[in-house]
Amino acid sequence: MQITAKHRAYWNRNLGVTALLLGIWFVVTYIPAYFARELNDIVVMGFPLGFYMGAQGSLVVYLLIIWFYAGHMNRLDKEYGVDEGEID
Amino acid sequence: MDVSQTQFSAQLKRYYSFYTVGFIVFVVILGILEQLLVPNRIIGYLFLFATILLYAGIGFMTKTADVAEYYVAGRRVPALFNGMAVGADWMSAASFIGLAGTLYASGYDGLAFIMGWTGGYCLVALFLAPYLRKFGQFTIPDFLGERYGGNLPRLVGLMAAILCSFVYVIAQIYGVGLITSRFTGLEFNIGVFVGLAGILVCSFLGGMKAVTWTQVAQYIILIIAYIIPVVWLSVKYTGNPVPQVAYGYALQKVGEREKILNDKSTPEGAKEESVRAIFRDRAHFAEERLKGLDSGGATFLTQEKGKLEATLAELRTATPPTDPHVIDLAERAVKDFPKDEARARAAWAVEKTGNLAKASPIRAHAEPFAGKDDNAREVSRRNFLALVFCLMVGTAALPHILMRYYTTPSVRDARQSVFWSMLFILLLYLTAPALAVLVKFEVYSHLVGSSFSHLPAWVSNWAQVDKALMAITDINKDGIVQLAEITIGTDLIVLATPEIAGLPYVITGLVAAGGLAAALSTADGLLLTIANGLSHDLYYKMIDPSAPTSRRLIVSKTLLLGVAVLAAWVTSLRPGDILFLVGAAFSMAASGFFPALVLGIFWKRANKFGAVIGMLGGLGVCMAYMYLTYPFFGVNAPKWWGIEPIAAGIFGIPVGIIGVILGSLVSPAPGSRSDDLVDFVRYPNSEGEMEPAAF
Repeated sequence: MQITAKHRAYWNRNLGVTALLLGIWFVVTYIPAYFARELNDIVVMGFPLGFYMGAQGSLVVYLLIIWFYAGHMNRLDKEYGVDEGEID
Repeated sequence: MDVSQTQFSAQLKRYYSFYTVGFIVFVVILGILEQLLVPNRIIGYLFLFATILLYAGIGFMTKTADVAEYYVAGRRVPALFNGMAVGADWMSAASFIGLAGTLYASGYDGLAFIMGWTGGYCLVALFLAPYLRKFGQFTIPDFLGERYGGNLPRLVGLMAAILCSFVYVIAQIYGVGLITSRFTGLEFNIGVFVGLAGILVCSFLGGMKAVTWTQVAQYIILIIAYIIPVVWLSVKYTGNPVPQVAYGYALQKVGEREKILNDKSTPEGAKEESVRAIFRDRAHFAEERLKGLDSGGATFLTQEKGKLEATLAELRTATPPTDPHVIDLAERAVKDFPKDEARARAAWAVEKTGNLAKASPIRAHAEPFAGKDDNAREVSRRNFLALVFCLMVGTAALPHILMRYYTTPSVRDARQSVFWSMLFILLLYLTAPALAVLVKFEVYSHLVGSSFSHLPAWVSNWAQVDKALMAITDINKDGIVQLAEITIGTDLIVLATPEIAGLPYVITGLVAAGGLAAALSTADGLLLTIANGLSHDLYYKMIDPSAPTSRRLIVSKTLLLGVAVLAAWVTSLRPGDILFLVGAAFSMAASGFFPALVLGIFWKRANKFGAVIGMLGGLGVCMAYMYLTYPFFGVNAPKWWGIEPIAAGIFGIPVGIIGVILGSLVSPAPGSRSDDLVDFVRYPNSEGEMEPAAF
């Protein structure tokens, strides 16, 4: 297939959003885990914060990352005319 | 196509709504039967056989002879339903039964599994699912074969896929055997084969299509079974029906109790201390014996045995006559005395560490990385982070999960489907930590301090069933339960929750059915991955590309049968512990697959040589490390930076990535065919020779 400038722009934007979300993923996973001991001094709704992040906080952010990526890419496909058309 | 797909989706929603209502009615009817005094064992049987029959029925109704349906469910599974199927495929016996128990036992440190097994889906969403769907073939080695060209990458990928799926499937079949044997009274080995029959009728007839629709049904059962008792427990202790919110309160209470029980100046703390002192004495005794063995050898062993025999003789002839129970114990001590030096050393070492563990103070539930000094805590943190990383990358590399994203109608659906998968998985993963804390609250606040003559019913029931799950002995003979006198097996937490919550037996049966659904659904997906890999990649793509459809399906089904029986046989030998097997599968998948798959999509320069080097190198390093450090293999080499063998992927993954990059750079760039394939998977609307419709 012929790769046009538009294709390249689409791919670069995809890489951009992927890198951004991967960054968020990394931060919400490893920062709270690394500093779990220190974060536990803060207590929210009965939960020590370090524990809360591992048991719930980071998990909810994961869900949001995936939700945002799906919506964003599906819009991006349309914007750059690379979507699959009305399949479903 | 669009109209029929919408209709299809609406139809599915209707079917599965009816099904869910039907299942709830079934549970209610069994509940009524229980009130009519039908014995518990019959209710357990009804649950297990009714659900297995149900799965078999779905398998029978969806039987197929169409290749695309057999391998990828006809690629028309809507995002929502694929999400449920991934949920069931994903959540194994270890998640359903073991996870809450692991969290109970290890507190914060157990959260590595919670984070690892959810965060990995970010990697699936960002790096793999949409691209694999666009690629649109049948198996994961398919992608490696087409992207890198030639049979070698496909063959290496196939070997890696079979290796990690097989290790993982053994853990599942083990879970099936455990549940069927515990709830029906069948022998473990027979339980394994009964469960296996349930797995086979389903996948055998309809391949991926049947497995998909059974997995959706299994997801519904497993999530109902998991949530109901926990909600009940939460209402009972906190008055709040949302356990995920309410357990903050319980966690605080647990924290207060931990402080009291660890404080020797409080009355309860002093009693705990008296029990711990006894355990310390026992540990000391074992240590003395070990020392004696070091200096005295066989002579010491004979001496020790002589002492025991002398005590026994004394007891027998004593006046007034000794309690027969005490004589029994003394007789057993003589009978069980280790036969030779090696056995004595092993037994006493176990005795020493076991007693020392029981003698140590309680670890705070929310405290991360506990350790005796800063160095131990640092090693513990390092292991936590490494394990999280391995589990995440492994999630994004396990073939049976990735394969599920081949089955959606479009790339768009594949992306949405990862969202649904994550949501359905979170329902359970957000609940497990809550369950662990709620049960701990019950044990610390109610069981501890109660009298041995009035133990709660669930405690005495489970203590009778299995000593490994629940053991409780009045060590310091004060008639009151101390925490140090209770031993709880990890599997107990989920299994006993309905009874702790005061729910009728029918809910216990429901939990067993849920655990069985979790184990069967994962086993289905794994067995299919192995059989499809062998029949599609090995037989069709490499041995006989001109084989007609019917023969390909026959080969696939025969292999499925063979692999299943082999896996059941290996399981009946009872190798190793489940959590290690599962962890090993993740580390191996992460090291073997992830680098070659992701770089294959994101780096056009990656080529065949690099892929083969990366896969073999990553997998090799990972397995070598496990072999060297996991006690089962008996080598016990020193650990690198203190990393446990379960997180061996932390070494395998970088080696895999570097292997792909260096291997590619030292050999010629791949041809235009590979470039075209990469472009094809990157743009959802691109057309080309890889179009699945052209199959």
